[in-house]
Amino acid sequence: MSVKVARDLEDALGALAADPETVLLAGGTDLMVEINFGRHRPASIVAIDQVDELRGIERNGHVRVGAGVTYTRLLAEDTASRAMREASRTVGSPQIRNAGTIGGNIATSSPAGDALPVLAALDATIVVRSVRGERRVPFAEWMTGPKRNVRAPDEVVVAAEWEPAGGAQTFMKVGTRNAMVIAVASLALVVDRARARVGVALGSCGPTILRAREAEAFAQGIFEELGWDRRTRPDESACRTFGTLVAGAARPIDDVRGTAAYRRHVLAVMGARALARVGGLE
Amino acid sequence: MSGDALTALRLRVNGVERQTAVPDHESLLTTLRERLGLPGSKNACEQGECGSCSVLLDGELVCSCLVLSAAAQDREVVTVEALGEGDTLHPVQRAFVDAGAVQCGFCTPGLIVSAYALLRANPEPSQLEVREALSGNLCRCTGYGKILEAVQRASREMYRR
Repeated sequence: MSVKVARDLEDALGALAADPETVLLAGGTDLMVEINFGRHRPASIVAIDQVDELRGIERNGHVRVGAGVTYTRLLAEDTASRAMREASRTVGSPQIRNAGTIGGNIATSSPAGDALPVLAALDATIVVRSVRGERRVPFAEWMTGPKRNVRAPDEVVVAAEWEPAGGAQTFMKVGTRNAMVIAVASLALVVDRARARVGVALGSCGPTILRAREAEAFAQGIFEELGWDRRTRPDESACRTFGTLVAGAARPIDDVRGTAAYRRHVLAVMGARALARVGGLE
Repeated sequence: MSGDALTALRLRVNGVERQTAVPDHESLLTTLRERLGLPGSKNACEQGECGSCSVLLDGELVCSCLVLSAAAQDREVVTVEALGEGDTLHPVQRAFVDAGAVQCGFCTPGLIVSAYALLRANPEPSQLEVREALSGNLCRCTGYGKILEAVQRASREMYRR
């Protein structure tokens, strides 16, 4: 096993090009657990937590968040996404939020990654780079299965990008505590009033992050009718129907954190609440 | 672990430059406890769940079990041993004693470091802010009531009001 601390991105890309088996270490909140328990002993590790090029948050029209940005910073700094801030606050604990990065969530691609439903609902773009060049992947095409994605072995996730979608968005998550919880089920809802677009995405309810397309179309219809620019709460029955459609998009399983039936139930509840909440937001 | 190469490691720990050699898979927690003579940070879950190993790394509160030592070259570490001087306790430590916030004591160093990090950034935290700040530290004895009280006590003591 060898460990190298990358000074800059070029350094990291060079190491990956030379040995595509190299494992990248960012906040360590996933990889170090594997190493501590002896489940994974990578022959070669490159630490990228000191790479400044991965730590920027840029806002000029669109938003670009470097892969090395921690959840503590996503909470404190403006990324034009209320849902991302809400999701970040539910990640682990202060210790975990100080270490864990959005790029780690993206590269690990756990269906329970808290930032991922938000990225999906925002229609974010994942930016990856290798010595061969840069590639931009729509989030909808990023994950291919649990902890699987289209990143090539020599690529580094460098950033996530999204368009500011206004304030009508939220993130919800169910677990056994407010802190230190891996989602039993989670949901992100974005109502982009300016672009007349609704995004709904589910976490921990299938092999990948799932978009609830029927629920999106249904909500789209409601806002067409109520007016996209008005802060109007869809009525209770519309919220309930929306929740049912959200739950219908899930492909959950029974596992140690909850049953499939429970996940469908909480998705229906969260969906209804999310639409009611977001309807009143600008 | 056999087959692991040793990496020369230089760290600044509690204000002092320290040098040692570490196996490539070793966590900062193990390095602190077993190579640098600093057993204050406790080893329990080794997965970032319990907070017993909390330290400040370049000023930020982290679980030292989730830091790879060989990747922490030249970083600055502050452990619970840096709080207090000799027999004189730090106000956070004093408050834990006075409030009766210590039972078995295993989680205490981690909680002290987390509380210290909180009070440094937020001198007058609300009860909810204290709860959120300590949410990554587990205690299986106290039920947390006395711990929350200790942090409020330390806040009053440190900032005299």
